[in-house]
Amino acid sequence: MVTVGLEHYLTVAAALFVIGIFGIFLNRKNVIVILMSIEMILLSVNINLVAFSSHLGDLTGQVFTMFVLTVAAAEAAIGLAILVCFFRNRGTIDVEDVNVMKG
Amino acid sequence: MTSADLAIFLPEIVVALGAIIALLGAVYTGKDKLTGALTWGFAAFFLVIAFWIGTGFEGSQTAFGGLLVNDAFARFSKILILAGSAAVLLIGQDFVKKWDMDRFEYPVLVALATLGMMMMVSANDLMALYVSLELQSLALYVIASLRRDSARSTEAGLKYFVLGSMASGLLLYGASLTYGYAGTTQFAGILSMVNADLPLGMLFGMVFMLAGLAFKVSAAPFHMWTPDVYEGAPTPVTAFFATAPKVAAIALFARLCHDAFGGIPSQWGQVIAALAVLSMYVGAIAAIGQKDIKRLMAYSSIAHMGYALIGLAVGTEAGIQAMLVYMAIYVVTNIGTFAFILAMERDGRPFTSLDGFHQFSKAEPLKALVVLVLMFSLAGVPPFIGFFAKYSVLMASVDAGMTWLAILGAVASVIGAYYYLRIVYFMYFGREGEVLETKMSPVQYGLMLASAFIVIAGVVNLFGIEAPALSAAQSLVR
Repeated sequence: MVTVGLEHYLTVAAALFVIGIFGIFLNRKNVIVILMSIEMILLSVNINLVAFSSHLGDLTGQVFTMFVLTVAAAEAAIGLAILVCFFRNRGTIDVEDVNVMKG
Repeated sequence: MTSADLAIFLPEIVVALGAIIALLGAVYTGKDKLTGALTWGFAAFFLVIAFWIGTGFEGSQTAFGGLLVNDAFARFSKILILAGSAAVLLIGQDFVKKWDMDRFEYPVLVALATLGMMMMVSANDLMALYVSLELQSLALYVIASLRRDSARSTEAGLKYFVLGSMASGLLLYGASLTYGYAGTTQFAGILSMVNADLPLGMLFGMVFMLAGLAFKVSAAPFHMWTPDVYEGAPTPVTAFFATAPKVAAIALFARLCHDAFGGIPSQWGQVIAALAVLSMYVGAIAAIGQKDIKRLMAYSSIAHMGYALIGLAVGTEAGIQAMLVYMAIYVVTNIGTFAFILAMERDGRPFTSLDGFHQFSKAEPLKALVVLVLMFSLAGVPPFIGFFAKYSVLMASVDAGMTWLAILGAVASVIGAYYYLRIVYFMYFGREGEVLETKMSPVQYGLMLASAFIVIAGVVNLFGIEAPALSAAQSLVR
């Protein structure tokens, strides 16, 4: 019987983090997917923080998680608002159409 | 939370209340008609707060259980940030009014971003660092896309949002690892845990945090958002991006390196030296082919961040002092330059192509001379103040035994001089053709002249800025 320890949580978090980063860079479809990837990065951080917090027996990590959750909500709201403005101007949210400026 | 804590951070609390009151007041009364009044109000308010911070506080105190710290370094950066924000609000007024951008949210969001920056430079804990960084970033994402009807502005906002959030994610992942291995989020606690035999996880955390902050200061190789955002955002917003947020981000960078990871300067020193060299060269070389002045200023700011990072990379007191002086000079010069860029017009439209500079000296000799002074200063040509800025960071790196870094910096500044001097060449020896119009309000013109005056007259003694910069550096480096 394997006990689930800190390293398992850290591995899951690291995997989610990497998937999130790749979701931003390899994604060729749609900006909504990028927003989901950003959320995933933030959630992987939350898993990390809570796992460390429970491992260390220190509440600070969980307080930090609360802040991250709050900021993530605000960030998603602002991201979607900007995306709506972008859609009104361009009529599309494909990643390949975000190209008025080169770079 | 005691009244002593509140007293230490009263300026921040006052700015927060000011922003909230202005927002509510404007929503329930005049809305967009109040933009002009709010702009002037906030500019004056920022200057008063800067004066208060400069005169009303002494020594170094922590507040709220060690979450925030108020020391000479924080105060120096805050004064610079507040003065930069106030100047940017004033030079942008005309543009905002003329091109239908006069929404009351603009000055309020600038105030909220400024509040975030003031807290960033005071952060003494990973949580305070993250929350204040996000307060600044979220306000900046919104003002980048302030022109909701413009495809370029919303695209700039979208790009900035995606890459900025990813940078915050990197920083946060680093913060979580650092917390896990240090067992605390306080910088003082991390400092006591960090020593020569660093756990691998902590090193990982540190590198992730450095990468996240490198995004925020737009240091190469994390600079890719900068040119697009600078070009697409409305020009007053670009002027803002190029000044106060850069000071805050680089001050936060220095704060994290020295307060949290001060025990291992050799570890982060080499990472930052690499960032600095890459930024200087990317900024110098990629700017050569640019045809748009705003894009050019973006690469220019990347290169300037490289020089400022040299001051941080050497890890000494003199280095931090040089970095702060460099940032002060950078902000002053950029305000003058953007005061000019904001006024650039042709055929009744804002015009930002470099073509506009041809033969400009014939139309407006005085303004051309001012631009010449500012460009020479940005390029680091003696005897202007920009030369002394570069000289002090390069000397700091020589004194710390990193001569190779100083040599690379000097070579990059020679390459970079090309594109600044090209603008001057266009103005005086360019081809004939349609000439730029640059009507300015007295305030904008005055600030441009003031900036040029500081650039010239600062040669005498840099207006005595070195002494406060030194005491700021002493409060940071121990």
